[in-house]
Amino acid sequence: MKRSLLLLVFLLFSFSLIAFAVLDVAFVYVGPIGDHGWSYAHDLGRLHIEDVFGDAIRTAYIENVAEGAEAESAIRGYARRGFDLVFTTSFGFMDPTIRVAQDFPDTVFMHCSGYRTAENVGTYFGRMYEPRFLSGMLAGAMTTSNIIGYVAAFPIPEVVRGINAFALGVNYVNPNAKVHVIWTNTWFDPSLEREAAISILDLGADVIAQHQDTPAPQQAAEEWGVYSVGYNSDMTAFAPEAYLGGPIWNWGPYYEEVIRDVMAGEWETHEFWGGMDTGVVDLLVTDLVPLGVEKLVDVVKRTIVAGEFHPFVGPIYDQDGELRIEKGEVPTDGELLAMDWFVSNVVGRIPR
Amino acid sequence: MPVLSILFALFVMGIFLTVFFMEPGRGIRFALSRTLEAYGEMLSWPFGNLYGFYETLNKMIPLAFVGLGLCIAYRMRIWNIGGEGQLYMGAFAATWGALFLFNDLQSPLLMACLVISMGAVFGAIWGLIPAVMKAFAKTDEIVVTLMLNYVAIFWVDYLVYGRWRDPAGFGFPLTAEYPAAARLPRIFDGNVQIGLVFVVVLAVFLEYVYRRTSWGQKSALIGDNIQAAIYAGVNIKLFTILALLASGAIAGAGGAVQMMGAQHRLQPGFSPGYGYTAIIIAWLGKLNPIGVVVVAILFGGLLVGNEQLQMFYRVPIALVYVFQGLVLFSLLGGEAISRYRIRFHKRGDE
Repeated sequence: MKRSLLLLVFLLFSFSLIAFAVLDVAFVYVGPIGDHGWSYAHDLGRLHIEDVFGDAIRTAYIENVAEGAEAESAIRGYARRGFDLVFTTSFGFMDPTIRVAQDFPDTVFMHCSGYRTAENVGTYFGRMYEPRFLSGMLAGAMTTSNIIGYVAAFPIPEVVRGINAFALGVNYVNPNAKVHVIWTNTWFDPSLEREAAISILDLGADVIAQHQDTPAPQQAAEEWGVYSVGYNSDMTAFAPEAYLGGPIWNWGPYYEEVIRDVMAGEWETHEFWGGMDTGVVDLLVTDLVPLGVEKLVDVVKRTIVAGEFHPFVGPIYDQDGELRIEKGEVPTDGELLAMDWFVSNVVGRIPR
Repeated sequence: MPVLSILFALFVMGIFLTVFFMEPGRGIRFALSRTLEAYGEMLSWPFGNLYGFYETLNKMIPLAFVGLGLCIAYRMRIWNIGGEGQLYMGAFAATWGALFLFNDLQSPLLMACLVISMGAVFGAIWGLIPAVMKAFAKTDEIVVTLMLNYVAIFWVDYLVYGRWRDPAGFGFPLTAEYPAAARLPRIFDGNVQIGLVFVVVLAVFLEYVYRRTSWGQKSALIGDNIQAAIYAGVNIKLFTILALLASGAIAGAGGAVQMMGAQHRLQPGFSPGYGYTAIIIAWLGKLNPIGVVVVAILFGGLLVGNEQLQMFYRVPIALVYVFQGLVLFSLLGGEAISRYRIRFHKRGDE
């Protein structure tokens, strides 16, 4: 009896030691991790930190969580079970994250792509427009019909900014090419996104770019025998003959940094919006791209990383010919975050 | 019978889970014990833990609201598939009221009455359209209510992406947040939205209506035998219209309550198909108000329990959907089997 009691005390003690030392980290994803897009990229980040920290952390995740109030039970569930750090990786999780965070002041929450912060809620996102600009250069260099298709997700500033950066990149190497935009109003609907890509291919587009989380537009381009520019992660496997490359997310290093800060007790709320210099966003270029183009893109990339060049440096005109950004000027972060107009070589409208 | 059906679903899912938990180098006993452990978690958190049960209740509120509304129509064999659209219209109207019409109002009580009524009225309008078309033009209400769902969802999208977009929201598709007066208080130490009380009161009220009022008797008669109802002098057109009106009003009020109690602003896709799940809940509850509330709680618990499988056992979402499908399949299948008796006989003798 006495011995088993001792054993119990010992066990409890060692468990509490483990519980103390191990950091429990949870991820809440909006899509399935098999989407090969947005949520997949975040999950690669999770796997990266598992690799780096080994037994010092434990990770958990839930996929395909509906946005809005519906997400609250999952976020609250992790906090309630004593998780130390919760990453909520979709814009629609913003309000529930803030609400849960109020009830769990000792838990750290990191919300991706939103704008509400609190004492224990930080936000993080990447300057995707930098690699988008470079991917536009790829498309502009490779097109011969000068018709480039862009399968756009939702008419929100993030997507509009991406289209503009892409179109500016196209214009940088090929002022005659136009970027034709089609909206799907989806993040994850392979058949609809494929249909949308085909509708621009029928216009004669010979490069297809996209913003959704599925590789469906890439596959459509592959079938049509034209080029494509992807998004989110390496999409070579889905369109080996079409995929020129594309902007990708690389969350691992940033997640690593956040976890180190939390472990050291040095975490403070912050708004992180990292560019290519931080490694969170990058451009992937495949062997389909001729060496000369790759070299040119690489030079521009280095100037962006060094802070010598900004994709949105003026003069930039909108579709109506109005000067939006003065010569030599660079828009502020606030202006970038609220962008609701198209640059001059984009064909298509922003629905209002 | 339902218990047997659920046990059957658990058994079949158990095979899937055991296969899923199999690890090389470890025997089947390990996988089996993991499966049992996961089942324990799936049941004990939503039903056996206070905080888990709160989540169950929060999940069931919109489902029960729409389910209760749908029953009114279904009892008369009027197939309202438009719960989703009626819910959306309610949410739209509530947002219109809370942000634009009554935004200066300071009294939370008055605000709640006005905004929920707005939701009910617009939900009712969304029920009235197919009702009038059915009563006077004999259109099929299944098609009309279903199509109106898309109209309502796109209408909300239009507003949220367009003119109602929060000016302080960096262009994201959200309306501004409701003023403090337009947020409903929460119960159980702030853990559950007050919609729970509305749902229970509504269920008791409907139970009374069905049992004790001439409305209840006549609507039951229409459902049982419409010819007899016509013979008895029941005004079928009027009842059709009133049924869909009431059905829509309740779903619309549900949308308003979900906005004021949980969401606090309109955003696209705020409902992951509550209106469709509610159809199943109405039927599993045998179109009985108390039954609907009980089934909604069980269903809410199923959703929360499934979240636990994902959150702590890494069960992929596809497998979770398989499980939900299995539960429905065996419940409906079980009911069908229980209605018939299977007899074996030799060929020839009858």
